[in-house]
Amino acid sequence: MKEKLLEIKDERLSFFTPAGEVKALNGVSFSLGEGEVLGIVGESGSGKSVTAYSIMGLTAFPGKLIGGTIRFNGHQVDRMTEKELRKMRGKEVSIIFQDPMTSLNPVYTIGNQIEEVLKLHTDMTKSQRHNRAKELLELVGINEPEKRLKQYPHEHSGGMRQRVMIAIALACEPKLLIADEPTTALDVTIQAQILELMQDLRKKLGMSIIMITHDLGVVASMCERIAVMYAGNIVEYGTTDEIFYQPGHEYTKGLIKSIPQLNAEKIERLVPIEGQPVDLMNPPKGCPFAPRCEHCMKVCLTEKPPVTHLSDTHYSYCWLWQEQEIKKGATDFEES
Amino acid sequence: MKSLKKLVEIEHLKQYFPAGGFGKQKRFVQAVDDVSFFIYKGETLGLVGESGCGKTTVGRTLLRLYEPTDGRIVYDGEVLFDKKESIAVNMMPYRRKMQIVFQDPYASLDPRMTIADIVGESIDIHKLAESKSQRHDRIIELLERVGLNSEHANRYPHEFSGGQRQRIGIARALAVNPEFIVCDEPVSALDVSIQAQVVNMFEDLQQEMGLTYLFIAHDLSVVRHISDRIGVMYLGKIVELADSYELISRSAHPYTRSLISAIPVADPVTARANERIPLQGDVPSPVNPPSGCHFRTRCPYADECCAAETPPLKEVSAGHWVACHHLDRVN
Repeated sequence: MKEKLLEIKDERLSFFTPAGEVKALNGVSFSLGEGEVLGIVGESGSGKSVTAYSIMGLTAFPGKLIGGTIRFNGHQVDRMTEKELRKMRGKEVSIIFQDPMTSLNPVYTIGNQIEEVLKLHTDMTKSQRHNRAKELLELVGINEPEKRLKQYPHEHSGGMRQRVMIAIALACEPKLLIADEPTTALDVTIQAQILELMQDLRKKLGMSIIMITHDLGVVASMCERIAVMYAGNIVEYGTTDEIFYQPGHEYTKGLIKSIPQLNAEKIERLVPIEGQPVDLMNPPKGCPFAPRCEHCMKVCLTEKPPVTHLSDTHYSYCWLWQEQEIKKGATDFEES
Repeated sequence: MKSLKKLVEIEHLKQYFPAGGFGKQKRFVQAVDDVSFFIYKGETLGLVGESGCGKTTVGRTLLRLYEPTDGRIVYDGEVLFDKKESIAVNMMPYRRKMQIVFQDPYASLDPRMTIADIVGESIDIHKLAESKSQRHDRIIELLERVGLNSEHANRYPHEFSGGQRQRIGIARALAVNPEFIVCDEPVSALDVSIQAQVVNMFEDLQQEMGLTYLFIAHDLSVVRHISDRIGVMYLGKIVELADSYELISRSAHPYTRSLISAIPVADPVTARANERIPLQGDVPSPVNPPSGCHFRTRCPYADECCAAETPPLKEVSAGHWVACHHLDRVN
């Protein structure tokens, strides 16, 4: 079998803070093929950003990987030294951060910041780098690139800065682009522009994308596959259609039900997920969602649910499937 | 619950903030530029728009947290402010009737006050409790009303999650038994699952207490869910105002249309079929807005007429108001 571009197995990561150990990731596994677009959805604190940062080795002190392996493009990321990581970042994998207002350096020009990546990873000459930077700005839809290269971040609007961030991320044509809530800080009309741009670029350049967001609307239009995270666990993974039309986990169902519908003629009362998010200092012993789940059983509180494969591409971690499994097993036995 | 009595009415409200310069060069941010609307008693008017369009400023100016630059504000038949007739009444008695819930539950609660003191502050100011025990009972009642309990009264804001803090902010607004609440992006900072809890609570409170809301948000889906009527703002002006279903299904203004089409739909099949009406460029600066129609720089239908004249807000069908010169071409 061809090796996947990215393979994460049973990743465990904790932040050792003065107040105690915060268990950010509790056994996360998934893989991503070349050219695929994966969406990771979840609430704040569910571990979606941490998962993505760990692929680049960006979870610095007090974060510590305490188990599992991360393989990316032939590297074993969890064993790499800082020096090796620096060679990989920006070249093979790059990231777009959430807040374009703070993720660009205010004292360098846009041109400077794009060329920095090229200087580190390629042996282009100064004029080649300049031309490439200009080309990149054109690629992300910025007019008058020559003029823009000499400007500073504060001279650009939020949408423009996010375009610049994308240009920086794509400078070395990485195999994987991580987009960490790339449009959350932007207005809807600008969000639509950026999402459209990302889709176009993906078609042109053929890279894989991991899209982290809390907005189910964004993943519905952008992604082929979706991983739903809750309290440091992937609770469900499947294709976009499977997640939206045959959700296999109570949390996913709750999320979909709690979004207000824009086009509905008659307004139905929202169905919220009751309760509060999990405290990661002492997460529940069993299924992390059990305290808020309306179908919670005894077993859910004490033991972690095993994986259930619902199709080749769709799996869920929920005891309810196991119960069904058990009942089915019992009837089979009676029939025979 | 909805009556035909107008509770709040604003006419030609303007709010300019100084933005540097002296004398004749003095420049202003035209945050709210000639906005008029009214809110019926018991209804929810939603106000949507992108950041910087002035929706929050409308809410705050309406409560006279800012002194309006021009215009007139009427509450329940009484004039609170009128620039032309130089009326500016003392707001103190009206603060009991008009309250606000702020956007950021992390910044709007004093970190050094207990929850009981935060909620009780307005009870003290308006002398609504005769004794300490009555004050205490009232606070507990309010906390329970918003889904918290008596244990929470002596804690500090940092001990609560975002959703719980927003509930505290709501309890504080309810403490004086108001009639009208400005909800300024009350759910934007919350996660989806918590957002639904808070939205439901707003609806329950409205039913039980007969409240009137001005609900400000940038998320059109939430506003559509909670509002009876919706106003769409762009760069300090209302461009379209209509019944909420009418606004979504039969939007007339080009800005409203592209705004609706830009919202990502949480349904893969519809999302794939959905055709966006892309808007070029960014919102111009409110210090120096375009002449005539403010939207013309991004509008596909714009021509000379739009640059020369500001389109008035016209009623195109019953209760559906639009400000656009080219409605016939848009439709």
